[in-house]
Amino acid sequence: MPEPLRQFSTPFAAFRGGIRAAWLSVFAYVLFGTYIGIGALAYDFGFSLLWVCLSTILVWAGPAQVILISALGGGAALIEVAIAVGLSGVRLLPMVVSLLPILKTPSTRQRDLLLPTHFTAVSMWVESMRIAPLIAPERRIAFCNGIGTGYISSAMIATVAGYYLAAKLPLLMTAGLLFLTPISFLISVARNSRQLVDKLALVLGLAIGPLLAYRDVDLDILWTGIGGGTLAYVAHRVRESMR
Amino acid sequence: MNALSADLWPYLLLVLVGFLPNEIWRVLGLVAARGLDEDSEIVVWVRAVATATLAAVIAKLTIFSPGTLASIPLWIRLLAVASGLAGYYAIRRSIFAGVIVGELVLIGATLLFGR
Repeated sequence: MPEPLRQFSTPFAAFRGGIRAAWLSVFAYVLFGTYIGIGALAYDFGFSLLWVCLSTILVWAGPAQVILISALGGGAALIEVAIAVGLSGVRLLPMVVSLLPILKTPSTRQRDLLLPTHFTAVSMWVESMRIAPLIAPERRIAFCNGIGTGYISSAMIATVAGYYLAAKLPLLMTAGLLFLTPISFLISVARNSRQLVDKLALVLGLAIGPLLAYRDVDLDILWTGIGGGTLAYVAHRVRESMR
Repeated sequence: MNALSADLWPYLLLVLVGFLPNEIWRVLGLVAARGLDEDSEIVVWVRAVATATLAAVIAKLTIFSPGTLASIPLWIRLLAVASGLAGYYAIRRSIFAGVIVGELVLIGATLLFGR
């Protein structure tokens, strides 16, 4: 029997519930670790604290920020930086497309979706995909804005901390912080994948991704996503049609 | 270039080559999601693409690690990932538990065998 949907009396109560959910989830701490690294990187390359904080708010995507800071800091051509950042951002498109239909109600205005669209990043997507379906539909946008705000504030505190901690961390500790991202995302995607199609997509992505990267295929992440996702979807359709 | 524009230049770059090339995908997603509902077949497919993409990123970060993480031997990184997953399933399906087990194995194995 499905659980009853969680109700909130006002949008603000839902927003606060989202912040709370964000801070109680493992990602607030994973983001903390990741953004300590990003703050430290920006310090290393000579960017100002204000600049790196703004990049956390505006870009709000770990890999894109690492590329932006290291490429700009390393003196790469601007068009090259823009393309590299753009390629890393492609993964956000399917996340937005699969999340927004869960948040929308018939009375939702397009502009109400702007904020959750900007907040969409791996951490926010994974948690919102899990929790939003359990919330009353008219409060889902406010709740997910709360999740996004909770995560960005965790990332901001860490960006500042990392900026000041830069170069003081021992090597093994830095490696441990960098390992937080793959391990926590893997476990939480495994948890979120309840249907066969999602499980297959996870396994295929894990298998095809390194293979293409090893073969030095251009745009390996993009092709893995489209190829692995489509294969998983086809398998799902074949199974449905055999029922 | 005067002093003011020299100060503002890094912020202009942040918007032009950082914010815009990244944000465009979110906005395109917002436009593409118009009129789709969560059970539609295309959303199931797009969700599978998003999941496979994320899986590829995870695998690449683990196997072809950037920066300092690359200084840890590959077998230790893979062992840590496997232990983390096992820890998650063994300890009440808690993500926290899985992450902590993975981190402990990564750091412990590096201290014991990694040099």
